[in-house]
Amino acid sequence: MSGQLKEVRLRIKSVGTTQQITKAMKMVSAAKLRRAQDAITQMRPYAEKLQEILGNIIGSVDGNIGGGLNVERPIEKVLFIVVTSDRGLCGAFNANSIKLAKSIIQEKYKTQFEKGNVSFLPLGKKGFDSFTKSGYKVIPDFWTIFSNLNFEDVKTAASYVRNAFINKEYDRVELIYSKFRNAATQEFVCEQHLPIPKTKSAGSSVPKDFIFEPSKEVLIAELMPKILNTQLFKGVLDSNASEHGARMTAMDKATENAEELLKSLRISYNRARQAAITTELTEIVSGAAALQG
Amino acid sequence: MHLDILTPERKIFNGDVYGVFLPGVQGYFELLDNHAPIVAALGKGQMKILKDKNTSEIYTIEGGFVEMNSNKTIVLIEGAETVK
Repeated sequence: MSGQLKEVRLRIKSVGTTQQITKAMKMVSAAKLRRAQDAITQMRPYAEKLQEILGNIIGSVDGNIGGGLNVERPIEKVLFIVVTSDRGLCGAFNANSIKLAKSIIQEKYKTQFEKGNVSFLPLGKKGFDSFTKSGYKVIPDFWTIFSNLNFEDVKTAASYVRNAFINKEYDRVELIYSKFRNAATQEFVCEQHLPIPKTKSAGSSVPKDFIFEPSKEVLIAELMPKILNTQLFKGVLDSNASEHGARMTAMDKATENAEELLKSLRISYNRARQAAITTELTEIVSGAAALQG
Repeated sequence: MHLDILTPERKIFNGDVYGVFLPGVQGYFELLDNHAPIVAALGKGQMKILKDKNTSEIYTIEGGFVEMNSNKTIVLIEGAETVK
C-alpha cells in the first residue's frame, strides 16, 4: 500500500515542477511579447510615411516605374520566404506556417514544384530544420536572424532576394509569415513579395506641389527597395510577436492542464492514504480483539 | 520648424529645430524654416541637425528620404550613427 502512495507522491512532485516551468515560460513569453509589440509600434510610423511618400509620387507619375522590381515574367522559378521561430513549445505555430507554404505550393505552383523549381528561404531555425529534412531546395544563409533580431540583418536578406529576382534566378517571391492579431490569435498569410504587386494609387487627387529631388523616377527607384526591406522586416517582427503570443497561450494551457492533473492526482493520493489508514486501524483493532479473546 | 527622424527600429529625433543639413544624392543641401514642400532622396554622408544657430548634432547615414511640407520635416533613414 505504501509503495503505491510513494508513487503518487512522486508523480505529484514531478507534475508540480513541470507546472512551475510552464508558468515561468508563460511569464517570460509575456515579457518578450511586450517587447516584440513595442518593436512593431516603433516601426509603424516609418513604414506609413514611406508608403505615403510613395503614394504622393505615384499619384503624379505615369508610365512604367519600379526599376525592374515589378516586371511580371512567366513563372518558372519560385522562392518562398517562410518565417518561423527558433524554438518550439509554442503550439502549432511553426507547423502552421510550414503547412501554409506546402498548401500554397499545391494550389499555385504544382508544376514548378514537380520540376524542382521551388526554393525556400527559411527565416528561423524550425523552418530551416523542417525544409532541410524534407529534402527541399533551401537557401541556408539567413535562418539565424532571430538569434539577434535587427533591421540590418533583415535588410541583408531582403537585398539578397531582390538581387536574385533582378538576375532572374526567381520569377516570383512569396512571403509567408504570421500576422499578429492579439496574444491568442495569429493569422498566417502569404503575400506576394516580388514582383511588386501593382498598387492603385490611393485617391486620384493630385497631391501638393512638391519639389522632387533629383527626379520622381529616381525617387521611386530608391523607394522600392526600401519598401521591400520594410515589408520583410514587418513580416519578421509580426511573426516574432505572434510566436511569443502563441507560446504564451500554449504555456497557459499547459499550466492549466497541469493543475487539473494535480487535482486528480491529489484525490487519488488521499484516497490511497485513507485506505492505508483504514487497513492499519482494522489490523490494530482485530489484533487487540485477538489478544482479549 | 519641426523635425522627425524615423528609422524602422526607433525614432531618433523629434523636436523643433532651426534647420537640418542633409546629404542629397546630388550634393549636400540645407532645409530651413518655410522651405517649399520637397521630397528628396538622400545619399551616404553626414546629417547635421541644427538645434539652434550654435549647437548641432551630427549623424552618419547610408541613404534615405526627406519630406518637408508646411514646416514639418520628416527624415526616413534605415539607420544612423552618431558622430562625436
